[in-house]
Amino acid sequence: MSTNNLDQLYRRVIMDHYKTPRNKGTLENENVKIDMNNPTCGDRIHLTLQVEDGIVKDAKFDGEGCSISMASASMMTQAVKGKDVDTAMKLSSIFSDMMLGKDYDDSIDLGDIEALQGVSQFPARIKCATLAWKAMEKGVQNEDKS
Amino acid sequence: MINQEIKSYFPILNQEINGHPLVYLDSAATSQKPVQVIEALKSYYEFDNSNVHRGVHTLGNRATEKYEGAREKVRNFINANSTEEVVFLRGTTTAINLVAQSYGRANVEEGDEIVITYMEHHSNIIPWQQLAKERGAILKYVELEEDGTISLEQVRAAVTERTKIVSMVYVSNVLGTMNPVKEVAEIAHENGAVMVVDGAQAAPHLKIDVQQLDCDFFAFSGHKMCGPTGIGVLYGKKALLNDMEPVEFGGEMIDFVGLYDSTWKELPWKFEGGTPIIAGAVALGAAIDFLNEIGLNEIEKHEHQMAAYAMDKMSGIEGLSIYGPKDPAKRAGIVTFNLEDVHPHDVATVLDMNGIAVRAGHHCAQPLMKWLEVSATARASFYLYNNESDIDRLVEGLRSAKEYFNDVY
Repeated sequence: MSTNNLDQLYRRVIMDHYKTPRNKGTLENENVKIDMNNPTCGDRIHLTLQVEDGIVKDAKFDGEGCSISMASASMMTQAVKGKDVDTAMKLSSIFSDMMLGKDYDDSIDLGDIEALQGVSQFPARIKCATLAWKAMEKGVQNEDKS
Repeated sequence: MINQEIKSYFPILNQEINGHPLVYLDSAATSQKPVQVIEALKSYYEFDNSNVHRGVHTLGNRATEKYEGAREKVRNFINANSTEEVVFLRGTTTAINLVAQSYGRANVEEGDEIVITYMEHHSNIIPWQQLAKERGAILKYVELEEDGTISLEQVRAAVTERTKIVSMVYVSNVLGTMNPVKEVAEIAHENGAVMVVDGAQAAPHLKIDVQQLDCDFFAFSGHKMCGPTGIGVLYGKKALLNDMEPVEFGGEMIDFVGLYDSTWKELPWKFEGGTPIIAGAVALGAAIDFLNEIGLNEIEKHEHQMAAYAMDKMSGIEGLSIYGPKDPAKRAGIVTFNLEDVHPHDVATVLDMNGIAVRAGHHCAQPLMKWLEVSATARASFYLYNNESDIDRLVEGLRSAKEYFNDVY
């Protein structure tokens, strides 16, 4: 079988995040709460954030979905925790470019997120990877307004 | 006859996907099209294209004859009493919406009941939810048996004298279950309700006889039965359709138009506002010719064989669970499953890399997913062009998916 191509998608680090997700659960002191789902496939995420003084102090996610969506959620919480809102939004925009197969800004250390680059080769799976990021964007934007 | 040759009628199947010969196992979503149907579309546009029911000119007559000829083919295909009972629409969804918006609004009142089941496709849930909300009616669900079948006892328990509409899927798009719609229609009628049948997964696969089923409405789509997308059919008993108001108004469906009031054409045209789906209907007629040539009984038999073979081979894979009736005789060619520890989307991606197309997700049946206590499943669905070697490829693909994910863990 074509495992070479599959290896582009299912990097070891992705499967590690899927199997042992970071920041899984629900924050008790959250001030931002977002539920989002992917209506075409049934993936869903419940994201809780604690945003104070423009900084994402803490982040947790819960939900169900495929390896790509859950690993991406785990990586996203890891990436934005402790960052200011602007940086979190910047990371999200870089991630979006990465998914679209565009050249992306690599001046920020992307850490584990970079492993998801291969998803851009699988158009049907891009929505899986972006779900958690969309939830985060919606959450911090709403917090900005309040 | 269903033999190896049948694949050669479907040009799309003759290609490689990700370096492997395509195995198409997603016919429950949409079927592939034989050359006869593609040719009918092409030939209609190359020689006969014109608007129907209006022109004095030759092409106009020819297009009208072809369009109305297709209606007669549909009538014969479902054994309706008259072509007046065959309405061409966009598909099953539009057909059910028409019944809900026209028959439903006129006949369902506050406190009345609409009865559906837990195994409905969203297209046979939401039109009734909307109607129930609008009319203050009660939407009731028939419980399923543990094996994903429907028992008449449960139907009897749900249907009462306040029930105005019973609507049920003939063949479940997830479980493959074939439901006793004829018996359910009897129960509906005993209680003074009408029976609506969602035939989207039934019409492609088994002989339909609306008079024998004695259903009041029967909805199906062309694209799942070798026809093109964008054409579907609503069958309705003449007496009911006669009393129903159209839901779309405009050209084509009128008899006389005054400044402040208008009258409608007779059946079935009063429900076909606007320029109809002429090419779609003509090509659906070609699809019906094609299916008739092979024989619906042959197709049904073939699918039971495919389901039985698939269930037998797939149950040999450790950690694989199959949903719905265990007895292949109780189901059409649909096998929905999950592989332990591997999400269905991941299963579908691995299969796709092996050239095998299956569906993954909730299959537009979220209440059923809830009943099954899963968020998503994978589904392999078979049609007349599938054979045992396709299923062998599926089983091999599933084994490699399992192996692959065991390795990367």
